Amino acid sequence: MTHIEHTRNEISQLDARAKRKFSFLLALLIVGAILSLFLASLFGRLDISVVDVGKSILAGLGFNLDPGLDATSVVVVFNIRLSRICLSMLVGMALAVAGTVFQGILRNPLADPFTLGVSTGAAFGASLALFLGLGSTTFLGLGLLPLGALAGALAALFAVIALGRINGQVRRDTMILAGIVVATFLSALISLIKSLNEESVASIVFWVMGSFQGRSWSHVAFVLPYIIAGLVIIWFYSRELDILAMGDTQARQMGVHSDRIRLRLMIGASLLTAGAVSVSGVIGFIGLVMPHLVRMTVGAEHRRLLILSALLGGLALLWSDVLARILLPGGEELPVGVVTALMGGPFFCFLLKRRKVGTGL
Amino acid sequence: MIEMKALSCGYGKREVLKGIDLQLEAGELVGILGPNGSGKSTLILALSGVLSYRSGNIKVDGEEIARTTARWRARQMASVPQKSEFTFPFKCLSVVLMGRYPYLSRWGGYAEGDMNKALDAMEQTDTIQFAQRMVTEVSGGEAQRVIIARALAQETGILLLDEATSNLDVAKKIQIFDLLKRKNAQGTTLLCAMHDLNLAALYCKRLIFLKDGRIVLDGPTDETFTDKNLSKIYETDVRVSKHPVTGSPQAHFVPGPEDRIDHADHRAHGSMESTLMGDRDH
Repeated sequence: MTHIEHTRNEISQLDARAKRKFSFLLALLIVGAILSLFLASLFGRLDISVVDVGKSILAGLGFNLDPGLDATSVVVVFNIRLSRICLSMLVGMALAVAGTVFQGILRNPLADPFTLGVSTGAAFGASLALFLGLGSTTFLGLGLLPLGALAGALAALFAVIALGRINGQVRRDTMILAGIVVATFLSALISLIKSLNEESVASIVFWVMGSFQGRSWSHVAFVLPYIIAGLVIIWFYSRELDILAMGDTQARQMGVHSDRIRLRLMIGASLLTAGAVSVSGVIGFIGLVMPHLVRMTVGAEHRRLLILSALLGGLALLWSDVLARILLPGGEELPVGVVTALMGGPFFCFLLKRRKVGTGL
Repeated sequence: MIEMKALSCGYGKREVLKGIDLQLEAGELVGILGPNGSGKSTLILALSGVLSYRSGNIKVDGEEIARTTARWRARQMASVPQKSEFTFPFKCLSVVLMGRYPYLSRWGGYAEGDMNKALDAMEQTDTIQFAQRMVTEVSGGEAQRVIIARALAQETGILLLDEATSNLDVAKKIQIFDLLKRKNAQGTTLLCAMHDLNLAALYCKRLIFLKDGRIVLDGPTDETFTDKNLSKIYETDVRVSKHPVTGSPQAHFVPGPEDRIDHADHRAHGSMESTLMGDRDH
């Protein structure tokens, strides 16, 4: 009995340690995020001093401390830079959370909105909506473009699941293969739609490679409801995510109505993807890599995993976008999807090769 | 307590169970035996509500299974499958805590009481020493005991085991079945689909034999576990003798004719061999 008490004591100590580790990482990422909002605002074509950037952000928030502040710098820092930074962070969060959810419900460590073709489906839905002239339609003040993207995302998801199913069994590799097929096909369709619409190549690149160029606060306001809705749904079922990761049969035997809950989680993750894609196009690797990094550090329990993946994904995409803005010497911008793929691709190969026990690969 | 009537079910077009009638009382310890593909696992899946049935019905505590919620069923019955695939690195303790899910309220988390029940279950299955390790990092047998702990943490009146100990070594098999027997003595009803005839005969009080989706034999172990019955059901020569310690019947499979020796020779040969083996060991 004393021996067992001792073990229980150790278990609760280890639990407390894990909790401290989580709190530390959480605090670190939150501080990092706040600092990044400011630091990333320093980068841009117009040279604005650190002090003026700080003052401009405060002025934009309604605390104008310096009446002599140049109005242009407020516009540039607050309306152009900070809005874009916030949007990239929001999209990064959405993609990382969607990736975590897809990996969990499909029990597939290679799943994410990009590899499953869900992002491309969303981009196709959005392009089609734009082509049909529904781009600026609103309902109760909500932009409807993400709804087109959502329809596309869900259609692509179900197509991929149906294609990846062999004899009623969904296999990991075949599902990703199906995702690539669907994504390639839909990318071609997007290009076709854009060409028919006589739009520039730039707009095709926007949808296929992803970009935050020219995005503003209105875009933030535009996707925020969709992303919040997705996050709420997912958080509500975060405990079920753990149990669904044990497989369908076991989940049911533990009292989870797996078909119903999985569908709701898919809708949540698709909402996030659709919202993200409708303002930024298709951005890969954030949803794939972030959950792995966090899982390696704090384990697979989804509540902690979701929170930390979201923050890490937000930070990763924020800085990827800064790189996309400043990387080319001539002042030209790279699509941010290029940056995430350049960083995420090799990193993921490294993960695959290492096959560390515990990453789930 | 468990009642099946004219139950038929299967996968796709294939019908696996063809009219099962079965009645189980509370507190029974029953083994389901039968050759591969006879429908043992299907029976467990149908009973646990995972597989919907085509005709007939299953009632647990008077409730028709098809009309109950997953949550209700998870409070009555816990299942242990033969093997689990762990994709992600969950802590073993987190896996066991999942067994408390059917008791959670929508907004409440796992409480201290749930934690204590999970730890109790881990003690009983001798898994508590790796509570904080990843389930992807422990051995297959250890992971299986974690799953058994999870089923115990579910605190159900009925435990369903589908080849639950098949992948464990002999010592762990006996350890787990001793534990299950104790649970049974405390009132838990146990239904175990098994391959291992002798393990079933050692622990189960009642045996149900399935073949081609039908119950071909059902009764107390002593009466059903005979040369004639086993030889017929398994379509191979089987002899039954008494277990030297417990007296329960134990099956011996007889190899093809060229290896058969008459009884006297067999004994002499056997003892010689065991001496030889003993010599080699020392």
